[in-house]
Amino acid sequence: MAAPGPWSQDNWHLRPDRNGTCFIHRGRPEPLDLHLGMFLPTLLTQATPEQQDRFFMPAWNLEIIGTYAQTEMGHGTHLRGLETTATYDPATQEFILNSPTVTSIKWWPGGLGKTSNHAIVLAQLYTQGQCKGLHAFIVPIRQLGTHEPLPGITVGDIGPKFGYDEMDNGYLKMDNFRIPRENMLMKYAQVEPDGTYVKPLSDKLTYGTMVFIRSLIVGDSARSLSRACTIAIRYSAVRHQSELKPGEPEPQILDYQTQQYKLFPLLATAYAFHFVGAYIKNTYHRISGDINEGDLSELPELHALTAGLKAFTSWTANAGIEECRMACGGHGYSRCSGIPDIYVTFTPSCTYEGENTVMMLQTARFLVKSYTQVSSGQQVTGMVSYLNDLSRQRIQPQHVAARAVTVRLNDPVSLVEAYKARAARLVEAAAKNLQAELNHRKSKEDAWNRTSVDLVRASEAHCHYVVVKLFTAKLSEISNAAVRAVLTELCLLYALYGISKNTGDFLQAGILTDAQITQVNQHVKELLATIRPNAVALVDSFDFHDVHLGSVLGRYDGNVYENMFEWAKKSPLNKTEVHESFHKHLKPMQAKL
Amino acid sequence: MALLEHSKYSQGSVLGGVNPDLASERQTASFSVEKLTVWLDGGEEHTQKRRAVVEAIERDPVFSRENQYFQSQNERYEAAVRKAVHLQKKMEEMGWTESGPEFKYIYRAVSGDIAFLLHRIFIRSISVLGSDKQIAKWIPLATQLKLIGSYAQTELGHGTYLQGLETTAVFDITTQEFILNTPKISAMKWWPGDMGRSATHTVVFAQLYISGKCYGVHPFIVQIRSLRDHSLCPGITAGDIGPKMNFEHVDNGYLMLQNVRVPRENMLNKFCEVQPDGTYVRQGSQKINYFTMTTVRISLISDEVIIPLMKACTIAIRYSVVRRQSKLKPGEQEAKILDYQTQQEKLLPQLAAAYAFHFINDYLQELFNRGYREIQQQNFNTLPELHAFSSGFKAMVTQYSTSAVQICLQACGGHGYSSLSGLPSLYTKIIASCIYEGENTILLLQTARFLIKCFRAASAGQPVPPSVTYLAAVKPGKCPAKNKLEFLSPNIYTEAYQHMAARLVSSTAAKLQDLIQSGVKKHDAWNQCTVQLAQAAKAHCHYITVKNFAETVEKLKTEAGIQKIMKHLCDLFALHGIFSNAGVFLHDGYVSGAQMDMITASYLDLLAVIRKDAVPLVDAFDFTDKSLNSALGSYDGQVYQRLYEWAQKSPTNQQMSPAYERYLKPLLHSTQSKL
Repeated sequence: MAAPGPWSQDNWHLRPDRNGTCFIHRGRPEPLDLHLGMFLPTLLTQATPEQQDRFFMPAWNLEIIGTYAQTEMGHGTHLRGLETTATYDPATQEFILNSPTVTSIKWWPGGLGKTSNHAIVLAQLYTQGQCKGLHAFIVPIRQLGTHEPLPGITVGDIGPKFGYDEMDNGYLKMDNFRIPRENMLMKYAQVEPDGTYVKPLSDKLTYGTMVFIRSLIVGDSARSLSRACTIAIRYSAVRHQSELKPGEPEPQILDYQTQQYKLFPLLATAYAFHFVGAYIKNTYHRISGDINEGDLSELPELHALTAGLKAFTSWTANAGIEECRMACGGHGYSRCSGIPDIYVTFTPSCTYEGENTVMMLQTARFLVKSYTQVSSGQQVTGMVSYLNDLSRQRIQPQHVAARAVTVRLNDPVSLVEAYKARAARLVEAAAKNLQAELNHRKSKEDAWNRTSVDLVRASEAHCHYVVVKLFTAKLSEISNAAVRAVLTELCLLYALYGISKNTGDFLQAGILTDAQITQVNQHVKELLATIRPNAVALVDSFDFHDVHLGSVLGRYDGNVYENMFEWAKKSPLNKTEVHESFHKHLKPMQAKL
Repeated sequence: MALLEHSKYSQGSVLGGVNPDLASERQTASFSVEKLTVWLDGGEEHTQKRRAVVEAIERDPVFSRENQYFQSQNERYEAAVRKAVHLQKKMEEMGWTESGPEFKYIYRAVSGDIAFLLHRIFIRSISVLGSDKQIAKWIPLATQLKLIGSYAQTELGHGTYLQGLETTAVFDITTQEFILNTPKISAMKWWPGDMGRSATHTVVFAQLYISGKCYGVHPFIVQIRSLRDHSLCPGITAGDIGPKMNFEHVDNGYLMLQNVRVPRENMLNKFCEVQPDGTYVRQGSQKINYFTMTTVRISLISDEVIIPLMKACTIAIRYSVVRRQSKLKPGEQEAKILDYQTQQEKLLPQLAAAYAFHFINDYLQELFNRGYREIQQQNFNTLPELHAFSSGFKAMVTQYSTSAVQICLQACGGHGYSSLSGLPSLYTKIIASCIYEGENTILLLQTARFLIKCFRAASAGQPVPPSVTYLAAVKPGKCPAKNKLEFLSPNIYTEAYQHMAARLVSSTAAKLQDLIQSGVKKHDAWNQCTVQLAQAAKAHCHYITVKNFAETVEKLKTEAGIQKIMKHLCDLFALHGIFSNAGVFLHDGYVSGAQMDMITASYLDLLAVIRKDAVPLVDAFDFTDKSLNSALGSYDGQVYQRLYEWAQKSPTNQQMSPAYERYLKPLLHSTQSKL
């Protein structure tokens, strides 16, 4: 571990104010991430005072190194399906932990393979012959002193992955492994010595943690995409290639329209996601006060919104990072560009903390519920309040057609309306298709499954609207006129580019006409040229240090080629002048010459 | 029958039989998998040959890829060299020759994990660009691996734009030699495979100077390492360029030249020669050169793109019937994830694309064989069309397939990210194909240039190649389909694609014309339209792919079961393309909003239909477990058991890591007394 211990400012979540940089990625994964990010916080939130006395200080001092073992080989996002069991034995007052099948082996937890000596294990609790669902248990897994696995524990590393080489993601198999009753985290649910189960008061509280972690992923989407954009845009200003005008020197590749079209919409997206991440975090902090006082009313909407935005931003950033890499041509493919490492570190966020498609469907469930409320005459509030308009439109059928001509393509506020109309239309279409399936004598679950492609589209449109809305809302808060001007251009580009990539939705709903779509495409191209002079300044504003970017192509000083050569000299294949395989394989063949 | 054959596929593991979740998928196939395989191979004898080659290679332990995921860059490189040398012997032993029918299956059988691919390019460049005398001197040495070649074209500062290369070769009349130099850092050769550690010779592309005058880029054979002790020759600086996203087994290299002298005879001189007195002579037509470039682009489509795509589909689809997650109906067993509509919508269009590209590849091969015959008779008329096709399809197929493999990876949830799934390495390898042999955006713009030219010619009533005559027939119209079933008619959707492609080409041509007429310079006008031009080129290739798929299905009369499922796949490929690019079809009202809803409905219906045959459709690709090298995608579907077994083999579990002794032990030891 390169970073210092828990006294570091990075471990902000251990500080009373819980403010500071996030732990999920400090740029690079590390074996202690799960200890700091999950093991300690879980102790804080779910352990009783007695358990905190026993475990917290040793863990704080890194005498106990823990991880959080939830995912199994056979189950990820669908938590109820986890198979690990913890059976209470009142005779010895112990829990007996078992991995009854191959699929129940804990798989993926970071730091589990080699580093940790304890794990918080999620298992199905059985007591008095009944299954009480998932609960968390503190399980010692390695002998203190020798670090050898304890009897009954099989533990190891899951092998190489797409990135995360630094991290010992591990597996854990338990065979009749016994832990004392006091090792179940019992702040909420409890098992009494005789085996009586005491239920927790509310399970909505876990929403809070999920909202929080997903809001961090939104922020991480913004950050990772910003890093990739910084590299690609700086390199595109350094790289010269081919000719634009006959006889003139080779131009910077950033002067080609196709290159601008690849990179500037992503730059705009990086800014947009930055504002979205900040919004969710602020909203969470605002309402977390209410949560502590037991007011959970705003939580369901925030939970639904965050699930969708987690998926929307991580999908977009994931594709965007790859686009940045490809915009760097062959050199983007070299690890020295830094983008391959950004990509492999970021891309699992499409899967962890909730698989993206499943997340989109959670948001869709909320949207359909809101739509149903509106249909039955109730009003809905918050980000979905546009659905209230749908009932009004049914009374005035002219409304849709009238709207087509009123969209002003150079006004972000007007574009927000266009996105709103698209979201409303797709939510309505999905809800109606769902109803049609239900009328077809289909079971509820079947109907939902047969509509899920529509439902995901509706969620995407909703999230897209939220992003455009939040970006637009941010503009009026900027006091510096020049900054506001350039961010307005980026906001317009974000909104218009999004329309040009989804013209089908806007045309089909009659929100925009053919002629307006042609204008949208034209505006996008004009904005590329407008943004071009500020492109490098806009990535410099992200303020990434060279050390943090870890890229030869994206260096602040632009001395790319010299430094690529320096970097390559360090390759392991260059350790010796003549590689050993020459003596083994090549020389015998060539000896006769 | 596939069930009976399974022992032939399995990896000799201690695992039990076929996972029942996978076995049940095979019992309901609507067609014969074996017959489909044979048809894809192009006949029984091809299937037999392919299987024989694969078996011979896989049985030989030298070619094993068993521990590949656990090897370092150094180990991967050494293994690749060992395999390349061994393959030489193997071919002799088996009686395989480069011109024999087995040859094309060898690369598939070793899964590309072998050294000396650039050595092959070295040989090909000498055969094409060298004189008979040069061929007689170099080719025998190279084919016997008495020397190892590479092909040094790309530089640090220049890739696709060849005229910009900066390496120089100055003719010295007094010694009858060329003096090669790397005048600045950006002129260093960078990326050539086999050059970092292996090559003794390379073909260097450099700007030729005679008496101070530059004659453009020419190829020179340069020795870079000693044939005795493999040390670098005087004036040469060379090495490995360091880690990449993949290709750990290839020593992509750099090369710097400082006053390196080569004899006059080392310039490849079939087309251009420098005579002893310094006179520069051009001879014959260089057009055949372009043809070589285009054939390379076409040949990579099948080996480097379609096969990885088929493998990714095989892995993801098999895993999706083994993986069960969550419940579709309360009280029932957890559902196979392939039964979720969203999962089908991720994977089945990629499967359809794999088939579509297999057929377009056949089409292109045939086009090129015909072109080659004409060119041999000095008829170069089809060259522009071939060039445009190879550029456009290389770009379209690589781009499409790259995102398809990524979708497959992400559709496997967390386990997709494990190297043991095989998907990360398929992905990181296929993405390189978007860049090499011509960066995709630049290639699309070359195709667009051809399309615009043809559109103008066609509009003026001049003859154009048959593949683009449709451009002349742009007229406003409406799609005639009245209900969702009519969208399953190939005529209906092929017409829609044709209309859309023609409209995009014609509107871009009009835009270009407008700009030029309003006084914008030609090159500026071109740059201002490049986004649209690239879109038009892609649309053209998409249209041809759909059309060719429909025609292939149409011709397939013999096997009713196969024709039926191929028709479904063709429909799916076409409707998926409309569904995902709805805007360009709606734009001028050719397809109405109501029709788009019908298309969507038809498209989603097809998913459920193809779902039933999904596993047989990937089984038909006939990959052995060894060639998939995937814990998730094996024929027997014993996914979890295999993941667990393979993980044990990881060096992280076999070797001691100093991390515990050095860093963890001091931390943990202070604690014992307290706990």
